[in-house]
Amino acid sequence: MSGHVIGVLADIPIGEGRAFVVDGRQIAVYRMRDNSLRALDAACPHRGGPLADGLLDAGIVVCPLHGRGYDLGTGAESDGGPPACPHTATADADGTVRVVLGP
Amino acid sequence: MDARNKPRLVVIGNGMAGARAVEEILARGGAEQFTITVFGDEPYGNYNRILLSNVLAGSDDTSEIYLNPLDWYADNGIDLRAGVRAVRLDRFARIVHADDGTALRYDRLIIATGSRSFFPPIEGMWADDKTLLRGVFGFRSLDDCLSMIDESATRTRAVVVGGGLLGLEAARGLQQRGLTVDVVHSPATLMNAQLDDPAGAILRRSVEDLGITVHTGTATTGVRGADGCVTGVTFADGTGVDCDMLVVAAGIRPNVGLARGAGLTVQRAIVVDDHMRTIDDDRVYAVGECAEHRGQVYGLVAPLWEQAVVLADHLTGANPAARYHGSRTATKLKVAGVDVAAMGLKAPERPDDEFVQFSEPRLGIYKTIVIRDDKLVGATLLGDVRKVAFLMQAFDRGLPLPPERVSLLFDLGTPPVEVGAAELSDDAQVCNCNGVSKATLVACVQGGQQSVSGVMAATRAGKGCGSCKSLVTQIVEWAAGGAVADDPAGTWYVPGVPYPKPELMRLIRELELHSVSSVFAALVPDGREDAHSKMGLASLLHMMWGDEFVDEPDARFINDRVHANIQRDGTFSVVPQIQGGVTTADQLRRIADVAERYDVPMIKLTGGQRIDLLGIRKEDLPAVWADLGMPSGYAYGKSFRTVKTCVGSEFCRYGLGDSTALGIALEQRFQGIPGPAKMKLAVTGCPRNCAEALCKDLGVVAIEGGRWEIYVGGAAGAHIRKGDLLATVGTPAEVITLAGRFLQYYRENANWLERTYAWVPRTGIDTIRAVVVDDRDGLAAGLDAAMQKSVDAYREPWTDARQDDSDRYRTALPLIALPRVPVR
Ligand SMILES: Cc1cc2nc3c(=O)[nH]c(=O)nc-3n(C[C@H](O)[C@H](O)[C@H](O)COP(=O)(O)OP(=O)(O)OC[C@H]3O[C@@H](n4cnc5c(N)ncnc54)[C@H](O)[C@@H]3O)c2cc1C
Ligand code: SF4
Ligand code: FES
Repeated sequence: MSGHVIGVLADIPIGEGRAFVVDGRQIAVYRMRDNSLRALDAACPHRGGPLADGLLDAGIVVCPLHGRGYDLGTGAESDGGPPACPHTATADADGTVRVVLGP
Repeated sequence: MDARNKPRLVVIGNGMAGARAVEEILARGGAEQFTITVFGDEPYGNYNRILLSNVLAGSDDTSEIYLNPLDWYADNGIDLRAGVRAVRLDRFARIVHADDGTALRYDRLIIATGSRSFFPPIEGMWADDKTLLRGVFGFRSLDDCLSMIDESATRTRAVVVGGGLLGLEAARGLQQRGLTVDVVHSPATLMNAQLDDPAGAILRRSVEDLGITVHTGTATTGVRGADGCVTGVTFADGTGVDCDMLVVAAGIRPNVGLARGAGLTVQRAIVVDDHMRTIDDDRVYAVGECAEHRGQVYGLVAPLWEQAVVLADHLTGANPAARYHGSRTATKLKVAGVDVAAMGLKAPERPDDEFVQFSEPRLGIYKTIVIRDDKLVGATLLGDVRKVAFLMQAFDRGLPLPPERVSLLFDLGTPPVEVGAAELSDDAQVCNCNGVSKATLVACVQGGQQSVSGVMAATRAGKGCGSCKSLVTQIVEWAAGGAVADDPAGTWYVPGVPYPKPELMRLIRELELHSVSSVFAALVPDGREDAHSKMGLASLLHMMWGDEFVDEPDARFINDRVHANIQRDGTFSVVPQIQGGVTTADQLRRIADVAERYDVPMIKLTGGQRIDLLGIRKEDLPAVWADLGMPSGYAYGKSFRTVKTCVGSEFCRYGLGDSTALGIALEQRFQGIPGPAKMKLAVTGCPRNCAEALCKDLGVVAIEGGRWEIYVGGAAGAHIRKGDLLATVGTPAEVITLAGRFLQYYRENANWLERTYAWVPRTGIDTIRAVVVDDRDGLAAGLDAAMQKSVDAYREPWTDARQDDSDRYRTALPLIALPRVPVR
């Protein structure tokens, strides 16, 4: 199976994000209410806010500093601002979490 | 037609008038007719210059002020030469020469070079022929604004020369950046171009209330400097003021050098005819502040919009008969937070001119109208501009006036709001900043935009200084015929749950929804969660259920998850509870030890008399709390914050009441109570008011005779408002009861994030008094009980959090060494 192993599903509480270092980059990984995972760069493209600390719903995460919203799938900013870089995070059947870095 | 054969239109100046003219030309099919090139001296797209005031004040980001970003030019096939300055114009060869060496031939030319700051001859202001002394600024362009912001970070005292619109805006901006500011104005009256003496005096009070010092009738004659930096200014009478930053806002001068060099007629500015064409050359037009029409040069944006329309009509042939007849300068502005509207005459000029004047200096309100032959020929409104739409229209079109003139200044009785919107003519300009007329708004509604915010986004109305927002709302509501699918979301408590607060609370109670996730599941049609709604819901549920609230961390804003206030670099600030601002040597010692142990970059005394430890790493928070051994001061939540107190009767020789004791009692009782927004309180020992109780959400003042006054709805943050007197009572116990009842009434009824300064006037102090003090509606017992439940549910968050062994406090930016702020 491909991707960097970063930990297990239980490391991330449901509905929240946690930050990890993956191949020299800091990545925020989110665990959705349906247990699926999403991942974005951990620093907000606006002014570097900690996106792992943001509030999320099924679609977006809201940066805690100035409230910009980033699509958890594509990284697009809700009002057309600079996007956050998206990554792919998945959990194996045994709960191992893997991240494949995006562009 | 292919591009080589299309005639070329060149525009010099990419400011508000030039870009608007291009927009109007495109709207008339100009892209098919012309190849368009725009030269812009500034290296940006086109931005809203008016909003530079907000950028300086920090309320707008530079990214938010663009009207046409660079993409827009590309998308419309316009060749924008940003950062390129036109330096010579050869009218006979029809060539524009630019400073990058370009020589470009034109078939039609528009000059829209605007103005620049005027620097009056003041001794010592220049370092050499071309460079201002370090620390001296004009206020015209985005670059000016950005360099002022940079400079202000290390400066403490600014002087602004000029007390007109620009000067006052610069002063407010710098003051909000923490500088002490003096405004020096040589005429006797502030904004003397627009205001008469009494109005100027009232504006002066409002400006001084912001903490800005004003010198009028004072001419600046010299600038002092040392080591190439400004150190002060001197006045004609020999006195002066020290400063380390100087902004010169003493007027503007049109940029006409290029036109003059090309042999075009220039008087005060480039002279144009009624088609906005120069009188010397049919191929050359001028528009905006660099144009002079019938002897008038305009320095505000509203006239530019009208000029751009005529120019485009004529240039494209869409309407060759279009003529500009000049603008009647009716202006509506927001200056240093004060609404100002001025049109026509400031004062009566003839013996039989009627003059109606109303003045309420204490409230900062002043209104006058001048009437001649039953027509409105002048009006000035300060502080309260609700009647401005009708007045502007009466002024523009000479409408018949009602016989009781006072109704021109006030809404007497209850004239239905719609009449205002309905009676406004279609071409009446509603938003002066972006030149949006009533007809445009109506068309937008008819075109399917059914919400106020949608219309504002589509037309840009209300996106300038914001002073027209309420009128825009009225018009949209009127145009939608009440059938406004009217920002349905506008009435909702939070954007993602479709109910206004009272209904939402009823449903939450009936369905016994104790957690945020259950509210989404039960009350949102498809059960969709909404990140922007979570914080408001968590606060509401916490308020309603107290200890029965099911607190889900994923519904909490980071501050509430980790019980500290997030800072710009992702570190947190920690404020221990210091009730009433009264501390002990032991507490101070513990705070000092913690500060040393954790290398706290900054220890700051807050406006609420607390001690703030700033720059704490997230992962250090639990240890910091453990070492402090003090309860949370709640400086991070939408919740009860602090009670500021003065020393009061225990020590102060003026003290009439024990303000510290009462302050501590209030803080003990209401600590940590959540609400729709933060709640800041104060208790002061006598009307000298050292604890600033009149501008708090709830402020208590001890008065003669052992009595206490309770003020509510005050503010001294982004808004300044003096609280309204709720009641005068005889004992501290009564203060505590009424404070609790008032706060509970507010918590149950205010919108999410609505501070008391907005909620109190919206509800009306009379209603609040009737409910809270006189118990008119029989609610008092219920309010008291609900507040008691909240008080009983209080749990000290830091003690709880210290038991939390989850990884909640792990860093969220693992590769960045925090804090990233300088250690002082
Ligand atoms: C801080 C501030 C606040 C204001 N607030 C208000 C307000 O509240 N209400 C109001 O009505 N008005 C306000 N104004 C005034 C308003 O901004 C101006 O009236 C308006 O911008 C004038 O438009 P313009 O296109 O004529 O000039 P500008 O917007 O100045 O545009 C001229 C452009 O031409 C460029 N240029 C000049 N010479 C050349 C050249 N040779 N080659 C290439 N480019 C050149 C300049 O760099 C500039 O970008 C404010 C102005 C400022 C500075
Ligand atoms: S408000 Fe009155 S009692 Fe309190 S410190 Fe000031 S002067 Fe003294
Ligand atoms: S840093 Fe994320 S919104 Fe500003």
